[in-house]
Amino acid sequence: MNVITVQSLTKQFGSFTAVDNISFDVKKGEIFGFLGANGAGKTTVMRMLCGLSFPTRGEVTVAGFDLFTEAEKIKKTIGYMSQKFSLYEDLTVKENIRFYGGIYGLTDIQIKSKTDFMLQDLSINDKADTLVKSLPLGWRQKLSFSVAMVHEPQIVFLDEPTSGVDPVTRREFFSMIYEAAHTGTTVFLTTHYMDEAEYCHRVSIMVDGRIDALGTPTVLKEQFSVSDMEGVFLKLARGAKRGDD
Amino acid sequence: MKSVIVNNVQKSFKGNKSFVQALEEISFDVEQGELFGLIGSDGSGKTTLFRILTTLMIPDSGTASVDGFDIVKDFKAIRNRVGYMPGRFSLYQDLTVEENLSFFATLFNTTIEENYDLVKDIYKQIEKFKHRRASALSGGMKQKLALCCALIHKPSVLFLDEPTTGVDAVSRQEFWELLRQLQNQNITILVTTPYMDEASLCDRVALIQQGILLDIGTPKGIMNKLGKPLWAARASNMYMLMKELKSMKEVFSCYPFGNEHHLIFHNDGQSIEEIETALKKKGIVDVLLKRTEPTIEDLFMKLMNKEKL
Repeated sequence: MNVITVQSLTKQFGSFTAVDNISFDVKKGEIFGFLGANGAGKTTVMRMLCGLSFPTRGEVTVAGFDLFTEAEKIKKTIGYMSQKFSLYEDLTVKENIRFYGGIYGLTDIQIKSKTDFMLQDLSINDKADTLVKSLPLGWRQKLSFSVAMVHEPQIVFLDEPTSGVDPVTRREFFSMIYEAAHTGTTVFLTTHYMDEAEYCHRVSIMVDGRIDALGTPTVLKEQFSVSDMEGVFLKLARGAKRGDD
Repeated sequence: MKSVIVNNVQKSFKGNKSFVQALEEISFDVEQGELFGLIGSDGSGKTTLFRILTTLMIPDSGTASVDGFDIVKDFKAIRNRVGYMPGRFSLYQDLTVEENLSFFATLFNTTIEENYDLVKDIYKQIEKFKHRRASALSGGMKQKLALCCALIHKPSVLFLDEPTTGVDAVSRQEFWELLRQLQNQNITILVTTPYMDEASLCDRVALIQQGILLDIGTPKGIMNKLGKPLWAARASNMYMLMKELKSMKEVFSCYPFGNEHHLIFHNDGQSIEEIETALKKKGIVDVLLKRTEPTIEDLFMKLMNKEKL
């Protein structure tokens, strides 16, 4: 079953075509790696899939909802986390969970049980009343992920979730992603770490607003006759005309 | 000759209710002309160390020298001799490419023409945009301009703080090629990065975590320190494979590594057939186990586990 369908999606800013007629689907429970060089158009696509901006042309459904007519419903059924922003640093762990639970319309009872579950699950019971800014980065990232999942979304969007994170935490983080996918949540993720692309079920690579490659890591490596995803990426992105920003 | 000497440098930050030990008694040297990498994740103390060595901050205790000058007593001499590219893009957004470069040259009593040779190779790549404001440059170009500005006064030591963070794999590769070229000009380069795979591109590296120097040496030398045979495992269901391997008493550690799982056994002479048979009993019939060479990341994780974070 497809939880994201994208058909002939185009986004123009004035005369600049940021996203150029792309089509792809994402299946339920899939870990989908959305790669591309800086400036290829990844963020523009992500923003549209999250219902934050509208396409110039094309058809998009997310969790069965149409982007043009049901953007508000999309926002309720997805979770979002990025390295740059996710938790409020001057709120405690508990307050952050309560805040996001409230935003997503959970009842007080649901928030209470979610809070207990998350503190237990992340083994941070003793940190419940600690300000987020004094937590080590690794813990913060794991907490952000749990918070993005607080309303049990069908799809979670992760925008460079592991940037700058140490190798041990990066792996713990990926175990959480695997776990989420295993229980049916769809994970849509961007990363600059090419080893993480290997952990994805399928990967797409954007170059200059187009999707130039899409498939399982194994198939892509065969297609480009290279031994790892870094090789695939370098072969494709070397031909990019566009710079970033 | 030693270009940088760090001797028991320690630094902590005290807040209202918080206390952070940013650097614990750190010591190391960097040779002249060396490309030296400081590898660690966010919050490991890399930037604090760079701020101390570029005389922007004074350590709580310990001593250090750069190019033979003391970081406290001779701070003015050091400031004339080092180039510093901070992690955050810190050029003037409302000046053009050329104006930025000429501004930094003027600060150091020199001109673009005088040291053009040094930046030529990099500057040529952005020269066609020289009348464009810095704010309108792409990320890769901003990075190249920042490097030119850090070089324009012909520094003897260059400090680059996470120049490749958030940059895609292609631009990262190009940037390292540029650093190699600079090295030929006999400039000592200290560079920090959170990407473990970049470590192998340095002459020597220091691994740093939570203010502690875990290890220091050549990339090859460090990789050899794992001390135990490293194995790589694959199967069609990688998730189940991980679960099963982690639950086996023979397995010392197991973690995903690219398209494989890396594992270390308690017993160096562990029989592989035994493991394969055990996995088959659990329903994993297509497991592929082979010996593999460790990388810096493998060692980093082993050292991190020892420090028990």
